[in-house]
Formats: sequence, structure tokens, C-alpha cells
Amino acid sequence: MRLSTLTLAATLAAGAAFANPVAPADVVFTEDGAVEQSLSGMAGNPEEGAKIMGSKQLGNCVACHSISALADVPFQGNVGPMLDGVADRWTAAELRGILSNAKLTYDGTVMPAYYKVDGFTRPGNAYTGKAADGPLDPLLSAQQIEDVIAFLGTLKE
Amino acid sequence: MNFKPMTAIAALLLSVPTFAAADADDDVLIVNGETELVTKAPAPAHLDGALDEVMSGWHFRADETQALEMDDFDNPGMLAVEAAAEVWNTVDGSEGKSCASCHDGVEQSMKGVRAVYPKWNDAAQQVRTMEAQINDCRENRMGAKAWKYDGGDITDMVALISLQSRGMPVNVAIDGPVQATWEQGKELYYARTGQLDLSCANCHEQNYGNMIRADHLSQGQTNGFPAYRLKNAKLNSVHARFKGCVRDTRAETYKPGSPEFVALELYVASRGNGLSVAAPSVRN
Ligand code: HEC
Ligand code: HEC
Repeated sequence: MRLSTLTLAATLAAGAAFANPVAPADVVFTEDGAVEQSLSGMAGNPEEGAKIMGSKQLGNCVACHSISALADVPFQGNVGPMLDGVADRWTAAELRGILSNAKLTYDGTVMPAYYKVDGFTRPGNAYTGKAADGPLDPLLSAQQIEDVIAFLGTLKE
Repeated sequence: MNFKPMTAIAALLLSVPTFAAADADDDVLIVNGETELVTKAPAPAHLDGALDEVMSGWHFRADETQALEMDDFDNPGMLAVEAAAEVWNTVDGSEGKSCASCHDGVEQSMKGVRAVYPKWNDAAQQVRTMEAQINDCRENRMGAKAWKYDGGDITDMVALISLQSRGMPVNVAIDGPVQATWEQGKELYYARTGQLDLSCANCHEQNYGNMIRADHLSQGQTNGFPAYRLKNAKLNSVHARFKGCVRDTRAETYKPGSPEFVALELYVASRGNGLSVAAPSVRN
């Protein structure tokens, strides 16, 4: 018991040490817009994912989507579809693609690309209204996206 | 290749829970128990294929907020209008003139003006917003300093002038000498900006009636401007609103008074042709 926990911890730590996040420009999409390879090389944490989706400062996914499992988050929007049961509709790779750049799954969608840093018109410095003062960071980090995918994976009917 | 059926499913899911709760309401806007305003109208011809009906932002607000606009005693924007009415008669600048020196009573001389702005100014060979016209009067006729484009003084004055057209249909010209500016405004309306990559149309044409977090999306019409916002407790100009919306796409905004926002204002105003001027409106 003790041994296996330690082994697991060691494996995770090794994973952390070696896993290089895939840079936004290097993400490989399939023809249908899915992304097979984990962005961070590490498993996602569903509890973190839930926080990221509900937080205005992070994913703010609830601005457009409602999710029954996040019932404690007030004011969920309906610009996008409700996400209950989303894991029955999409594989992890497809969800990773939708998060990284939803336009490759849904042509012209209003859903922002969470792992994309170039090709924007008049990119700003976050929500200041001022010009960006350097290269953009993606809206979510590689690990945050994996966390969100892990949470979405729990949304089964 | 599996994305097509999925999109169809998503669309289905979208249409079921979405519209019932969030559509524009059917309330009627009667101000002071006497003036009924046109808050829904057939869309102007240039919106063919985009919208069938245009609606004032009033329909998308909560009943309590709507009520504040139905009686001038309750409308907090009217205090700013009263303040501007004094300024109208107050001499300022090197020429010893007030607005009234040239225009007499605001009720008569400014009736109908708001409804056709922004509009072409032949002498200047440009499209002028009301703010630009007011500042032109101040600098060139009064010898007074221009007001800050989206500051309180000018926004209050725009509200006073706009009130004189309340109930008249918005009717800005879109062709003739303004056409190139109008086209530029249209392009800006559909251009996606910022890291969220959203255009005005993404929110106000495609998604009006839907909720984006706590906000009930309207068509983003300008017929109610200047708008008193409960959030910042003052009158807000059209360009200040545009700036906030562009900022929310994580973009670098244009400046209030910039040629881009002037063009955008002309275009957005033309999308509301047929709606009553309803300034000063009340919003959350
Ligand atoms: C500005 C609006 C918006 C935001 C913000 C947004 N989405 Fe979306 N999302 C959409 C829309 C709209 C669709 C449906 C695709 C379409 O029709 O364009 C969608 C589709 C999806 C789908 C597929 C849904 C299904 O039922 O099949 C998933 C999963 C998803 N989004 C997850 C997320 C997550 C996770 C976030 C935040 C990290 C997020 N979205 C943020 C608008 C948004
Ligand atoms: C991310 C979504 C979003 C985008 C993009 C956006 N807006 Fe808005 N806009 C809002 C919200 C939310 C409000 C407040 C609620 C409402 O009236 O829709 C608003 C309000 C407005 C209003 C006030 C309407 C009223 O009656 O009080 C105008 C005018 C407006 N927007 C114009 C624009 C223009 C022009 C653009 C593009 C430059 C734009 N918006 C882009 C979200 C957006």
C-alpha cells in the first residue's frame, strides 16, 4: 500500500519533471479538430477543472454554458449548449480540440480558443483595453486545459 | 467528419432551454403616462438577411430597471439633463456666447436633431457625431475649450439635445456622402477582435436574447443613448459603451471620438432606423 503510493508519487513527479507542455503553436489537430496528445503530459485534476470553469478570472466557461454539476456557481449563461452529459458526446481528444481551438470543430463559432496565442486582430493586454505589451499567454495553461477535460469527462448522463 | 451531427445536436440543445426564459419581453414603453415609444420595428432594408425586427435595449432589462425609464421623475438621467439645460444658457469662451445665443430655446431648435445623427457635414467634408458638432460650436463659435469627447459635460449636453427628439424615429442616412463611412462602420461591426475573437455581431446579432453570465444580451442599439447606467451612476456616451464592449473581447480598443468609432456609431445607429429616440435611457 505504502509502497505503491510512493511509486505513484514518484511516477507523477517524474512525469512532471519530464513533461514539457506542448506549445500552443505546436498543437497537432486531427482533420476533425481533435487533439490526441495531452497538452501537459500529465493527468488532469477534475476538481481543479471545475474551479477553472466556474471562475470569472480563469475559464469563465459558465459565461456561456450552464452545467448542473456547478449549481453553486450563479449566473450561468446560455450562449453555448448546456454541458450536462458532454462526456457522452465527445471523447477526451475531441474535448481537448474544442478547448484548444473550437473553430476547428465548429467553423466560425463564438467560443474562444483557450490555447492559441496568435492570429488575433488588435490583441489587448487582458481586459485593460490597451494593446498587448508582448506575446500573448494562452487563455488557459496546458495543465488547466487538462484539468477542465478531466472535469468534463465526469459529466455523463 | 463527426462534427456535423454534433453541431446539430448542440443546436438542438441550444434551442430548447435557451429562448423561453430570455427573449425580449412584450412590454410597452410609455413615458410619463403619455408618450408611447416605438421599441420594436421592422428592420431597415439594409439588414435584410441579418435581422427581421429591431428592438430597443429597454426590452432586455429587468422590470424594475424598465420602470425607471417610464417616468421622468424616476429617471436619474433627467438630473443630468437639467444640469445641461443651465449650461445651454451659460456664456462660456472668448466670444461671450452660450448655446442659446445662436440656437435660442433648445426645445424648438434641437427638435429632430438627434434622430438624424451622426450625419454628413458639408463644410467639414466629414461625418459628424453630435459630440463632434457640439465641440465644433464650442471651439469655433464660442471660443471655448472643447469638452473631453466622452466626458460628463458633453454627454449631459447630448442627452439634453437628444431628449428633444424623444419619440421620433431614428433616421440616419446611409448613402450619398456618408456611404464610405457607413461601409467602414459595417466592416468594423462584423470584424472579430481581441483574444476572445468576438465581433459586435457575435453578441448583438447572433446572440441577443441569450444570457452571457449575468448579462441579458440586447441588440446593442444606440437609440437610448446617452444611457444612465445604475452600475456607474452617470450618463454614458455611445463611444464609452463601444469601448467597454471592445475591451471585453480582450482587444485594444479604439479611442472615443476616433474615426473608427464615428464610423461604427453611424452604422450601429442605422441598424436602429425606425426605433424611437429614447434618450436618456436607463440601463443596469
Ligand atoms: C463566448 C461563449 C463561449 C465560451 C466563453 C465558452 N464556450 Fe464552449 N461553446 C460555445 C458555443 C456557442 C458552443 C457550440 C458550438 C457552436 O455551435 O458554435 C460551444 C461548445 C462547447 C462544447 C461542446 C458542447 C456539446 O454539448 O457538444 C464544449 C465541451 C465546450 N463548449 C466547453 C467549453 C469550456 C470548457 C469553456 C471554458 C474553458 C467554454 N466552452 C467556453 C460558446 C462558448
Ligand atoms: C462579448 C460580448 C459582447 C460583444 C463582443 C459586444 N458587446 Fe455590446 N454589450 C454586451 C453586453 C453584455 C451589453 C449589456 C447588455 C446589453 O444591452 O446587451 C452590451 C451593450 C451594448 C450596447 C448598449 C445597448 C443598450 O440599449 O443599452 C451597445 C450600444 C453595444 N453593446 C454595442 C456594441 C458594439 C458596437 C460592439 C462591437 C464593437 C459590441 N457591443 C460588442 C456584450 C458585448
